[in-house]
Amino acid sequence: MLTNHKYIAFETILIKEIRRFTRIWLQTLVPPAITIGLYFLIFGNLIGSRIGQMGGFDYMDFIVPGLIMMAVIQNAYANVSSSFFSNKFQRCIEEILVSPVPNYIILLGFVAGGMARGVAVGLIVTAMSFFFTSLHIEHVFLTLLVVLLTSMVFSLAGFINALYANTFDDISIIPTFVLTPLIYLGGVFYSIELLPSFGQWISALNPVLYMVNTFRYGILGTSDVNIVVALLMLGVFSAGLFGVALYLLRKGTGLRQ
Amino acid sequence: MQTISPKNAISIRGLTKTYANGFQALKGIDLDVKENDFFALLGPNGAGKSTIIGIISTLVRASSGAIQVFGQDVATHVYETKLSLGIVPQEINFSQFEKVGDIVITQAGYYGLRGELAKQRAEKYLRKLDLWEKRDNRSRMLSGGMKRRLMIARALVHEPKLLILDEPTAGVDIELRRSMWEFLQELNRNGTTIILTTHYLEEAESLCRNIAIINQGQIVENTSMRKLLDKLARQTLVFDTCDELATAPTFEDADIQCNMIDSHSFEISLSTSRDINGIYAALSEQGILIRGMRNKTNRLEELFLSSLKN
Ligand SMILES: Nc1ncnc2c1ncn2[C@@H]1O[C@H](COP(=O)(O)OP(=O)(O)O)[C@@H](O)[C@H]1O
Ligand SMILES: [Mg+2]
Repeated sequence: MLTNHKYIAFETILIKEIRRFTRIWLQTLVPPAITIGLYFLIFGNLIGSRIGQMGGFDYMDFIVPGLIMMAVIQNAYANVSSSFFSNKFQRCIEEILVSPVPNYIILLGFVAGGMARGVAVGLIVTAMSFFFTSLHIEHVFLTLLVVLLTSMVFSLAGFINALYANTFDDISIIPTFVLTPLIYLGGVFYSIELLPSFGQWISALNPVLYMVNTFRYGILGTSDVNIVVALLMLGVFSAGLFGVALYLLRKGTGLRQ
Repeated sequence: MQTISPKNAISIRGLTKTYANGFQALKGIDLDVKENDFFALLGPNGAGKSTIIGIISTLVRASSGAIQVFGQDVATHVYETKLSLGIVPQEINFSQFEKVGDIVITQAGYYGLRGELAKQRAEKYLRKLDLWEKRDNRSRMLSGGMKRRLMIARALVHEPKLLILDEPTAGVDIELRRSMWEFLQELNRNGTTIILTTHYLEEAESLCRNIAIINQGQIVENTSMRKLLDKLARQTLVFDTCDELATAPTFEDADIQCNMIDSHSFEISLSTSRDINGIYAALSEQGILIRGMRNKTNRLEELFLSSLKN
């Protein structure tokens, strides 16, 4: 396929994905705004004022980056898993599969769609945080990079989930039983300094911890983890998941009989 | 001097498919369809028609065999072969939430067309299929016949040289079926090779020049429509005689053909529209005494016609 054609195909998938999540904005953009808004209000504002300092910052300031990251992760994942699964379920994925679009373009298109939703929700939540606190961003480039890489990693994971899924239940199991615990235990609400050393050691195995802390470092300039290690980890996860997803696509898992 | 024969639009060799549950849906299919042909793949439900189309469109993976589209192998020339193929599947497979126009324009994008060109193409085929007024409707609001036509418009947006339709008129009312037939005939006249599957003989008869009949994963007949109809329009009767016969009986009527089977039996074939009283009269005249007579069942008839005709 000509490079130009590939680009058009990629753009077509991305536009379709963006059109989807903006069309159903009541299901895709509003719920995270409400949930995260409530977190801001209750944990940040009401309870946070009693907690005092966390990691050297007001509790509100401490959790804002964590909550933004939580929204980015959940929404990037949910966008790709539900959109791709719904494409499979309605069989309209066949529209792409019979066309000359190569597998990696299909993957990139859906992942870019997930990243777009992750970033869109991230921006909405960030805008909302201005009502509660006024953060200024320490390292703008790093902050953007982490948001993009994180939403990419979870878009890829959502894609793989959707490839294997046969029912709508199959795309809610992983978010409920894997994603949510990883996020809540990933340093969104607390600094792992609070944990005993065993807890810290366990936490170090949680990839979300690295993403949240790198993002927090980008905004506040403070982190529980080594930023270089965290970025490397994000890179390795992206590449690894990309490879797995592409392999499964090529094999036709869940798509071709 | 070399004679110029038309190229094959599609050429299938030794195609087999065993599904994951162990069921063998195709048992070695060989099939050629010439460029510009209007070809029917006829067979009862479960014969393997959709499986063949699934393999051509890469949605189903073959267990063995090879397929060439316009002389290029689909496994090695993915881009070129897919570009020249348009597929109209048996089951509805577009998003129920998208608008009619968006579905066609998006499909154009998968083939590298965008912007004004994509819009023009979408308009052209939506108009031809009488869907232009519906372009801003969500696809789930369309009637059954409109949904089928939408799938045809979508399959044509990149103007493929070969259009394959899997039971395009199933569940479509008579009037609409006729207009769809006319549309396909015009498309074919303008140079698009068309293959359609159907389990209505009448449909194949009205549209197609050549036909293959498939049953239980095997091609059982591959011929021109005319020859098939001739074959179906004749019956064969087997007569047993009381006495030994040296030569076959003769008939003045050219439609009646007679062959000896052995010294005590012969078979006669004639159009199904004819009565057989005259045969008895002619046999009596020639002094031949008949002991018994039976109908030799037509192999095709035996296989399908009861199921195909209705
Ligand atoms: N995914 C599948 N797994 C197992 N068997 C299948 C599958 N798809 C089709 N079959 C079987 O293969 C045979 C051929 O099916 P199909 O190609 O759809 O026939 P047709 O289109 O001629 O009606 C049928 O017996 C059908 O039940
Ligand atoms: Mg079928």
